[in-house]
Amino acid sequence: MSARERVVGQVANYVDERTGAAKWLKKTLTKVFPDHWSFMLGEIVLYSFVILLLSGTFLTFWYDPSMKEVEYEGSYQPLSGLKMSAAYASTLHISFDVRGGLLMRQIHHWSALIFMAAMVAHLMRIFFTGAFRKPREFNWIIGVGLLTLGILEGFLGYSLPDDLLSGTGIRIAEAIVQAVPVVGSYLSFLIFGGAFPGEMFIQRIYVVHILLLPGIFLALITVHLMLVWYQKHTQYPGPGRTEKNVVGYPLMPVYMAKAGGFFFIVFGVTAFLGAVASINPIWIYGPYNPGQIGAGSQPDWYMGWLDGLVRMAPPIEAYIFGYTLSLNIMIPGLIIPGIIFTGMALYPFIESWITGDKREHHLLDRPRNAPNRTALGAMSLTFMLVTLINGGNDLLATHFDLSINQIMWFSRIGIIVLPPLAFVITKRICLSLQRADRELVLHGKETGRLVMLPHGEFIEVHEQLSPERAYLLTQHEQLPALQANLTDESGVRNPKSLRAKVRARLSRSHAEQIAKPAASDLKELESGQH
Amino acid sequence: MSKELTPLSDPGLSEHVHRKADVDPQAAKKAERQVGILFLLSVFGTLLFVYAYVGIDEDSFIFLPVLGSTNAHQLFLGLGLAIALFFIGMAAVHWAKVLMPDHEVIDHRKEQRSKDEERDDFVATVKERSAEAGLGRRPFIKRTMLLSLGLVGISPILLLGDLGPLPGDDQKKTNWKSGTRLLTDPGDRPIRPSDLEVGGVAQVQPELAAGKVRHLDDIAKDSVLLIRIRPEEFNLDAKRLSWTYEGIIAFSKICSHMGCAVALYEQTTKHLLCPCHQSTFDVTRAAKVIFGPSARALPQLPITVDSQGYLVAKEPFSEPVGPSFWRRNK
Repeated sequence: MSARERVVGQVANYVDERTGAAKWLKKTLTKVFPDHWSFMLGEIVLYSFVILLLSGTFLTFWYDPSMKEVEYEGSYQPLSGLKMSAAYASTLHISFDVRGGLLMRQIHHWSALIFMAAMVAHLMRIFFTGAFRKPREFNWIIGVGLLTLGILEGFLGYSLPDDLLSGTGIRIAEAIVQAVPVVGSYLSFLIFGGAFPGEMFIQRIYVVHILLLPGIFLALITVHLMLVWYQKHTQYPGPGRTEKNVVGYPLMPVYMAKAGGFFFIVFGVTAFLGAVASINPIWIYGPYNPGQIGAGSQPDWYMGWLDGLVRMAPPIEAYIFGYTLSLNIMIPGLIIPGIIFTGMALYPFIESWITGDKREHHLLDRPRNAPNRTALGAMSLTFMLVTLINGGNDLLATHFDLSINQIMWFSRIGIIVLPPLAFVITKRICLSLQRADRELVLHGKETGRLVMLPHGEFIEVHEQLSPERAYLLTQHEQLPALQANLTDESGVRNPKSLRAKVRARLSRSHAEQIAKPAASDLKELESGQH
Repeated sequence: MSKELTPLSDPGLSEHVHRKADVDPQAAKKAERQVGILFLLSVFGTLLFVYAYVGIDEDSFIFLPVLGSTNAHQLFLGLGLAIALFFIGMAAVHWAKVLMPDHEVIDHRKEQRSKDEERDDFVATVKERSAEAGLGRRPFIKRTMLLSLGLVGISPILLLGDLGPLPGDDQKKTNWKSGTRLLTDPGDRPIRPSDLEVGGVAQVQPELAAGKVRHLDDIAKDSVLLIRIRPEEFNLDAKRLSWTYEGIIAFSKICSHMGCAVALYEQTTKHLLCPCHQSTFDVTRAAKVIFGPSARALPQLPITVDSQGYLVAKEPFSEPVGPSFWRRNK
């Protein structure tokens, strides 16, 4: 036994005698993970979170969460002698008088943007491949929770510097709070410690931003990962892969090296962006003053959809017994986001109700094989895209020489017309792709080689698919639609017949498929000598 | 779809193909060198970082294509850090891909659902233990427990009460009163009608009582825009016209939609535009909303001049300024 083996043995012995973890550790270190690039999206989210914790901690050493008025005496000359909040002054101090401070600020901001972008991409991967299906509904809901909190956390984060741009964002958030019926004004006065902007807000959101929300994040991420661990990762379909197995590489050493390495790659890329790409140059905006504003005020991208919705709202307000109901704020600012996020959280349950499928799923769907779901996803993305476009309508207008009014009307009409259109088109595309798959399996690949037969006929030679590929294109299930059960056994009308009808209608739409080729189809073709 | 469909059979995992480094010791040696070089590149990054920290002056700027004039200190700190981190990652991933085992392993998966007897056992245990607690047999304990648990939440909620005062009438009041002078912002100087030319715009704040300091809370409600156009361009009723002075009209600068500063004035069209959500107001028609999401005109401040010829507020605002709230019209 070499000296190294002896040391390893002694350490393992020491740990196991105190924890009894030998069996669990062995299982863990040999745990198998399937390999696919799209599984790295969630990893990027996790690593960005770690980068945020590290860079954020650095920033707290100098940042002063106070709205006390101070006179700026730092090294950035254009703002010298100006009155500003201590929060803004300390952010300037970090940017100009702490070595590496600006770099850390930029890394922190960039990783926040990457955190949110990767989270959305991860969500799309989960949605379009059906990874949210039983038994993973809890993890889907935790994910929706993390997304919601991520948006809030990001908003609070870029509000902390207390510059003119972020202060304007807070002003808008305050108007949304104020628009809550009955209690809005009370809520606003509680949050701000009095009239807007008051002198308490920054220190309050600071605690929420660096303690409360990160704590909740840590807890939710832990549960999220434990569930992935415990339920084992989903895998893409293919030869040798079934609902009963996981095919991939072991944690030790392959995934330790790959995942660990990937953390450093994500950190390295974020650091590169922080080094060369300026982001949120707060010294240009100046300190917050409610009587001033910069043109082209824009939130970070993950808030853009909300701003776009608010911008396109029709100018309506209702008055009930003399009380004011700000529909132009409530509908885009509270009601529609509420519907979107609730609908998203409930989607796994809605889909399983429609399909009647209550089984476990560990093999992922190819998006084309679930046309309805894929079309619904495309529809939601189109909705978000239109809101995002409208959120940047002022910038689009100046860059492309359009009028804001045109873009606003495009968005107001587009938000209603384009999503259903996207649904129909995507569904057709999915079905066409299924048809193409069927063609491929039955008739093979077109080779482009033309051959003249003895009797003069020209044919194109088709190359048969490999058994692996043919299996991949036909391994999915095609569930039949549910039938509406309008009467019970004795012929009495079902009291829930309307619900059953709706369910059957949705199920029929969901089950619309191009029949996949079966083994018998192939045999027939072979015997027919095509 | 009537005939029984037999799916195509699963050909199973495809045969494992060996990598070059698996069979050729020379290729393996080369791969090892590559990983080592990648780690060394990271070391170079760290050295660059240290050099930038101690060796590059904080105020030195260099000119780079695309980036323009850039602070060299921050740039090289960042590049050093990026290189140091990125190449550790590249080395580890390369190592895993070319040298670590690449045999696919199959692990078996079992259903999440427990075995039936385990589930029955669990349900039986829960029933038995809850019977032992005896809540079902002792309704008095159950009810008082629920009552106390329900009420104990009141204390922490009440404690949050001092987060802020009650709004009262605060949202409806501004510092504008009859006779309050209009002071330039910035500058804090009183202003005469002749100071503002036709087509001109000025931001003003109310003159505060001696000794009172202007806070951001005040600015958030008091900010007013003065705009001067030719009097015949007004399209106002008699009352609103009497609130103007020689073509000077005053509006709250706080948007009636969500409270942003309505700062963009277009001289040719005489429109005021809020940069946040593009609500557009027509100055000639008392800031009527002509586009965008705002539901109300900007409140107009009645103005006149005092005995010394300075502009003053004739009356306070006749309605609350800023975004709507529940009791706005009460």
